[in-house]
Amino acid sequence: MSQSSASELRLEVVPPKKIGTNLLAAVCILLVLLIARSFWHGQIEWSVVKENLFARPVLIGLISTISMTFAAMGLGIFLGVGAAIMRMSENRVIRYIAIGYIWLFRGVPALLQLLLWFNLALIFPTIGFGDTFSVRTVDVMTPFVAALLGLGIQQGAYTAEVVRAGILSIDKGQAEAAAAIGMTRFRTLQRIVLPQAMRVIVPPIGNETIGMIKLTSLASVVQYSEILRKVQEVYYVNSRVIELLIVATFWYMVLVTIFSIAQFYIERHFSQGWGAARTSEKTKAEVPA
Amino acid sequence: MKPIIEARQVQKHFGQNHVLKDIEFAMGKGEVVSIIGPSGSGKSTFLRCINQLETIDGGYISVNGEIVGYRRQGNKLYHLSDREVARQRQAVGMVFQRFNLFPHKTVLGNVIEGPVVVQRRTVAESKDEAMALLETVGLAEKALAYPAQLSGGQQQRVAIARSLAMKPDAMLFDEPTSALDPELVGEVLGVMKTLAAMGTTMIVVTHEIGFCREVANRVAFMDQGRIVEEGSPDDILKSPKNQRVRSFVSAVL
Ligand SMILES: Nc1ncnc2c1ncn2[C@@H]1O[C@H](COP(=O)(O)OP(=O)(O)O)[C@@H](O)[C@H]1O
Ligand SMILES: [Mg+2]
Repeated sequence: MSQSSASELRLEVVPPKKIGTNLLAAVCILLVLLIARSFWHGQIEWSVVKENLFARPVLIGLISTISMTFAAMGLGIFLGVGAAIMRMSENRVIRYIAIGYIWLFRGVPALLQLLLWFNLALIFPTIGFGDTFSVRTVDVMTPFVAALLGLGIQQGAYTAEVVRAGILSIDKGQAEAAAAIGMTRFRTLQRIVLPQAMRVIVPPIGNETIGMIKLTSLASVVQYSEILRKVQEVYYVNSRVIELLIVATFWYMVLVTIFSIAQFYIERHFSQGWGAARTSEKTKAEVPA
Repeated sequence: MKPIIEARQVQKHFGQNHVLKDIEFAMGKGEVVSIIGPSGSGKSTFLRCINQLETIDGGYISVNGEIVGYRRQGNKLYHLSDREVARQRQAVGMVFQRFNLFPHKTVLGNVIEGPVVVQRRTVAESKDEAMALLETVGLAEKALAYPAQLSGGQQQRVAIARSLAMKPDAMLFDEPTSALDPELVGEVLGVMKTLAAMGTTMIVVTHEIGFCREVANRVAFMDQGRIVEEGSPDDILKSPKNQRVRSFVSAVL
């Protein structure tokens, strides 16, 4: 091909104008502004919102919400890993126990489970081992315990399926290679299979943790003083319902945002070895002598 | 000489499929035995039985005079616990066709995993030994790379180093070069030749006839679950007695 014909082929690409999408975007912005404006001019005392944002009862409720989220997720993950491993056992009875647990606690609504735990005293007035050790159920089943059991145990049933899917996603060759260097089955799970399964497990667990932040609001029905219950207590006194609900909304949004950011870093941690490009620089720099 | 690995009347079924039939096999310290044979003849299964990745259903296999998978008391065999099986497996290293490196650990992390976690040796000592092994397989400069950053040939050499780190009495190789691009086969075979020259006891399942001829002391031919013929590389590759061996060898040469 000659020089001149090559230059004739140097054609300019004109970017498309995308009028439709730009118009749609403009309409959306307008709608958002209108909604914001109507809230601003609505029957909301923003000063009350501001006053209560860092009020003592609200902060106490916030801390209770955070602690319940961690406690219930902790219990859920513990039970979930256990149930997932039992679900894959060679022993049929153990397998069916895990299946039964998942079936039962995924099937019953969380709110109902909370109420059942809280009212356990109606079925078993005392709990203990025969005559040697026995306590009154109402003393044990505090709002915190009832909420923890209700939320944690049903979370475990969901987590079990997530963990199982994660474990099944790991190639069988990994467990065989671990066995071949003399690892026991427990070590293999702990050192080789679970750390890799984390890559699959962490994103849904992250989402479920965010779900749990909001699910803890159900614990208000068993008298647990999480943030929603606390703002309710405040508005029963001052009648500023909407303002205090906005305070709760604000804090839920803050928590969810922080957890989402944390989730990003945790996911990155567990993808070690897959983001090959990211580690290559370090590899070159730190080769031991 | 007392055999390191011995198989007597070994039987193995997968359902109705009789995969290993009356396997008789023995090898001494420092020997290199190649197993060749058509696909599906039971070569991998035999190696996996030695390392207890599969259980046999007749006969017995022993490593260093210890029956694998069972404890003998009088005339009865009792199943070993998970922990005891894990201990027995340390005596034999295994290199897989598909490498099976731990992708979440660096090259060095892969090699020290066994010594540190299983043998409970110190990290410092294990690292020193691991670096020496990586030197042997020619990958010391990749110590901090992740498996995903390595070529197939490099990954397989790391897998060999990982097995050697356990100081096994014998090494099992299941078609270690079959998953590699042709230009990478040589580097892995080269490492295996070095090991053979260092006196490592090895069973190598392979289709690399050149490797059998140069390195193996003995070649066993498997077909349909049996060891059909066994002998020196010259005997098996140049003048096999069995008709099936003859047609297989002439097909691959
Ligand atoms: N896990 C398994 N389950 C069922 N059958 C298997 C399994 N592994 C191997 N087999 C069968 O056992 C036979 C021998 O397989 P294998 O030992 O892999 O042969 P080779 O390694 O010589 O190609 C084949 O018929 C194969 O289909
Ligand atoms: Mg095979």
